[in-house]
Amino acid sequence: MLSVVIPIAFTLVALAVALNFWRLLVGPSLPDRILALDTLYVNTIALLVLLGIHLGSALYFEAALLIALMGFVGTVALCKYLLRGDIIE
Amino acid sequence: MLDNLLAFLILAGAAFTFIGSLGLARLRDFYTRLHGPTKATTLGVGSLLVASAIHFSTRGEGISLHEVLVTLFLFITAPVSAHLLAKAALHLRLASLAPAPEEEAPARQGDASPEER
Repeated sequence: MLSVVIPIAFTLVALAVALNFWRLLVGPSLPDRILALDTLYVNTIALLVLLGIHLGSALYFEAALLIALMGFVGTVALCKYLLRGDIIE
Repeated sequence: MLDNLLAFLILAGAAFTFIGSLGLARLRDFYTRLHGPTKATTLGVGSLLVASAIHFSTRGEGISLHEVLVTLFLFITAPVSAHLLAKAALHLRLASLAPAPEEEAPARQGDASPEER
């Protein structure tokens, strides 16, 4: 069952990543691009978790946690830059 | 039984992740686009992480708690970043599909009229 489901899930999440890239390239405004980057890192976590289930290895969660931390910091920094014109005042 | 539950969680998670990104790509203005990634994608990734937690907890090597950490962190940070993005968009005065509100809110009865202020 899992061997059937996991390739489908990989395909769906990869399509989601492709859509995010499209929005990142097209996005008419800066917040659109930041939102696309934000969604990209969340989808990367999904891909890593799927890879962990697929390979049966728990090694990938540290990577997922690091990506979650750094992605959030990056989004907040970009939004602060747009809001205040400066990141650390 | 457990296999079916895992398969359902993984499929639902991947489908919700895809729907979230579809919303990001297809909706027409920034404020509606914000809905897809902040709700559907968070639910999808949360479902995938729950599936992973069940998968690694039932292999006989003890309970796996890494996923809970990632899930908690994602569920706390997603609303915060969405709020900041909406604030940035309002600050930049992005065009919205919704009609703009009136410049001056109509005075309620009993309030001072605008001319007297």
